[in-house]
Amino acid sequence: MWEAIESNRRRSWVLVAISGAGLLAFGTLIGLIVDPAFFWVGTLSALGLFFTLWTLAWVGGHRVLLSAAGARRLDSALELPLLFNVSEEMCIAAGLGWRPALYLIEDPAPNAFAVGTSKDDASLAVTSGLLQKLSRDELQGVIAHEIGHLVNRDTHFMTLAGVLLGSIVLLAEVFRRTLLLGGGFVARRRASSRSLSIQTHALLLVAGILAAVLAPVLARALYFACSRKRELLADATAARLTRFPDGLANALEKIALHAAHSRSAGSRVLAPLCIVNPRRAFGEAGWFSTHPPLDLRVAVLRGMSGGAHYGAYEESYRQVSGGRSCLPPSTLASRRALVKREAHLDSSESSTERREAVHAALGRLAGCTTATCLCGVAFRVPPSLALDFVTCPRCGRDNELPLAEHDQPSVPAENRPSVPSVPAQRYVVDEPGWQSFRCRCSKTIHVSPALLAREIVCNTCGRRIEIVRRANLARPRTRSEERRAHASD
Amino acid sequence: MLPLAIGAVLAVMLMTWAVVLYNGWVKGRNRAKNAWSQIDVQLKRRHDLIPNLVETVRGFAAHEQETLESVIEARARATAAPDVRSTARAESALGGALGRLMVVAEQYPALQANDNFLALQEELASTENRIGFARQHYNDSVMDYNTAIQSFPANFLSGSFGFTEETHFELTDEAARRTPAVAF
Repeated sequence: MWEAIESNRRRSWVLVAISGAGLLAFGTLIGLIVDPAFFWVGTLSALGLFFTLWTLAWVGGHRVLLSAAGARRLDSALELPLLFNVSEEMCIAAGLGWRPALYLIEDPAPNAFAVGTSKDDASLAVTSGLLQKLSRDELQGVIAHEIGHLVNRDTHFMTLAGVLLGSIVLLAEVFRRTLLLGGGFVARRRASSRSLSIQTHALLLVAGILAAVLAPVLARALYFACSRKRELLADATAARLTRFPDGLANALEKIALHAAHSRSAGSRVLAPLCIVNPRRAFGEAGWFSTHPPLDLRVAVLRGMSGGAHYGAYEESYRQVSGGRSCLPPSTLASRRALVKREAHLDSSESSTERREAVHAALGRLAGCTTATCLCGVAFRVPPSLALDFVTCPRCGRDNELPLAEHDQPSVPAENRPSVPSVPAQRYVVDEPGWQSFRCRCSKTIHVSPALLAREIVCNTCGRRIEIVRRANLARPRTRSEERRAHASD
Repeated sequence: MLPLAIGAVLAVMLMTWAVVLYNGWVKGRNRAKNAWSQIDVQLKRRHDLIPNLVETVRGFAAHEQETLESVIEARARATAAPDVRSTARAESALGGALGRLMVVAEQYPALQANDNFLALQEELASTENRIGFARQHYNDSVMDYNTAIQSFPANFLSGSFGFTEETHFELTDEAARRTPAVAF
């Protein structure tokens, strides 16, 4: 694994150096054409462009991407224990020592992506569909692929490569427009300078135009070739971490199958980041595709007969693609076979409980009050709803939203002088798990199952709310418990 | 003069090579140590989960005293184990006892429907996975490190600097390694 990281770093530097030199040469060429005496202005502006874009990408790139995807941060492991556990397991398997921040996107199509360049801003975003449609083994494969991107520093490298590509494309665009709109400007400058002959200048101009047309295309092709290589390496890393390539293979197929229903991840900016490009899940990969063809990826993963190590992946790739190689040779140095594990017995994919848990987590993240009608329909009521009841669309019952009750504080007020003197309220928790209710000021409040405090303060109106927990044994069964008990009888 | 210069250049190159090798070994050994401490963290996590789990099961299946006691005993022995080998043995026994407890728990529908128990079951399943992955990572790191200090010609130097092979961590009991009952 370490070899893969090292070799990645070396290759990345070579690539970045080449593209960087290309960018500088292009800038210098433009400078020469515009004014030979001040060719360094071109070089400097190319550099300036690069550093501006680089700073922007470094400082806020991951945040922009996450908010473009509509991702919301999951702060507590209690929100979705399964996702947190699987991610933690994969971080341990990779020996990472830290876990990226986890984000949830409301989207029925399963997909996932990782962004961020350092330990502090590394983030992993998954869609709700991913959690609802995949089994634990498949989810593990997907998370391992994304952790693989982080471990192999792909997010790091692709950000840098993207910035270089962006600079080259922008520079070419500016140059083309200058030529089109301000050809006279170039000609005037030429007349005023005596350092270059007309022939040389004409040659330079032709070279400049050629570069302006070719450089962006070449840079793009190079960028996408890198991107495809990195996807393959991340697949290989996932197989190595999980020791179960079939999990990821199954997941890729499922994701591609549902990609057509994607809501948010289908945007052009995000598509290259996702584990499966939702805009072109199937079909041939050309020079400008960000991901290798899905059939190829699945076939390679399924064909790993020799074990779960990089060598087995490479061998399988050779067989599928007719003798070509996909992984850097130094990753294959260790010839040690890693044994694949068997599938877990659990195939509790999309169990009712898990779907409900994801649904409830989405509701909490959106600040909704959750309520369940007697007929079993669960609601997510947005905070903007001014009513304090909601009509069930199935049975037509009016359901009152859970609301804090007025109450006298149980502790004398003089003991708590710091809290503003607004009437106290009370809320009785009689079910385990997350609770949501509305304060008298109509602000929605969520109570975590781990909350130990007896009293909380509404952060909108400052009212105190006493949380009364009914004794665990005396409580009646909840509706989901009722259903499970019924099912297992 | 020339032979002297060539000799000096060669000596410097040899020294550089030795320094690079040495630093690589130190890195490898630290990785293995770090990976080992990760296993410890996860084993501790399993020990912490058990009392809660036992109490929850007891609430629904009090007369399964024998199974419950065997889990508690195995836990006590695992926490008290002094060295690596006995830790491995005690932990695999604990894994077996937990597996039996989960089989017993499956016979109680009320327990299977209890939210608290389900949450604990997920935590336990994840903890077993974490132990497995920590062990996998430790063994991978040890293998890389051992390969590095044993390969020719580095093996002439590694011994004299005091780099010795690390041992793999294997849960000997096949039943404990699988813990199938926890996967549900």
